[in-house]
Amino acid sequence: MSTVTQTAPGDFWEVEPHHHHEGASTSIGFWIYLMSDCLMFAVLFAVFGVLGGSYAAGPGPKDLFDLELVALNTAFLLLSSITYGFAMLAMVKENTRGTLIWLGITLVFGLAFLAVEIYEFQHLIHLGAGPQRSAFLSAFFALVGTHGLHVAFGCLWLVTLMIQIRQRGLIPANRRRLACLSMFWHFLDVIWIGVFTFVYLLGMI
Amino acid sequence: MTSIEAQGDKHRAERQAEAHGDQHDDGHDHGSVRSYLTGFILSVILTAIPFGIVMAGGFDSRFLTAAVVVGMAIVQILVHMVYFLHMNTRSDEGWTMMALIFTVVILVIVLSGSLWVMYNMNTNMMPQMNHEALGLGS
Repeated sequence: MSTVTQTAPGDFWEVEPHHHHEGASTSIGFWIYLMSDCLMFAVLFAVFGVLGGSYAAGPGPKDLFDLELVALNTAFLLLSSITYGFAMLAMVKENTRGTLIWLGITLVFGLAFLAVEIYEFQHLIHLGAGPQRSAFLSAFFALVGTHGLHVAFGCLWLVTLMIQIRQRGLIPANRRRLACLSMFWHFLDVIWIGVFTFVYLLGMI
Repeated sequence: MTSIEAQGDKHRAERQAEAHGDQHDDGHDHGSVRSYLTGFILSVILTAIPFGIVMAGGFDSRFLTAAVVVGMAIVQILVHMVYFLHMNTRSDEGWTMMALIFTVVILVIVLSGSLWVMYNMNTNMMPQMNHEALGLGS
């Protein structure tokens, strides 16, 4: 046994895996998830780009979209982005109460966005312009609906984190989670820029 | 203590020293009120202009309107990346930037490839489908 250990493998290669402090690779891992999510949205945008002009003799963007509603939604999402930023700044300053208040405001804006979007979808379906009407509307509902679903899950995550922070405070694990949700939330705002530009604004030109 | 354990301890100690040496917070820039406000104001401007143009009916040339709107969106995405997502070439030893560049490359291939191929299919195949010449009924 001793003859084996004398070769001292540690001189040539690492005998044990490299130790990072816990959660050191979470942010890069989460970023790679976001990038894969981005590719999924790219495919949905491509589908919309291909099918966006196939109205099947049905209503087109100009008959359906209300730009004022979209502008309102854009404002909600942009405001929620900056309030989340303020929550992160409060977190850096160890201000638990401030973090919770800013997260609460972010949640309100997120829910307002969802409410407007659900109203819009319900209005379109009521007009007979549901996803089954034409290829354009199928692609529209798939793309915008997927984004809305992401916002809905983001809100759920936000509520979960607020409860966690209230119970355990700003412990390292919660800070890490807040940083991940921060990336997720800002990423959704970036996707929304693509949605309002390519779906709504270009459709209305 | 056998030699291997001593070696292990030595390495571990070195690695810990290393880890503390290059510890730069958690490797991320959290920004400041100022940077968030800058990003926010730029985003508001870059959103208001395209909405304003399209709501006012756009320019005479549809192409110009579309180009301005898309251009503003690209600039706004960059603003979000810098001021909200704090993208830089340093975080995680440049791997976040590397992942982003890779994603953008794939994204461009998927989008331009789909639009190009499907546009060609639509314009070149659908209308020229000559049923009589193919002998597919009248």
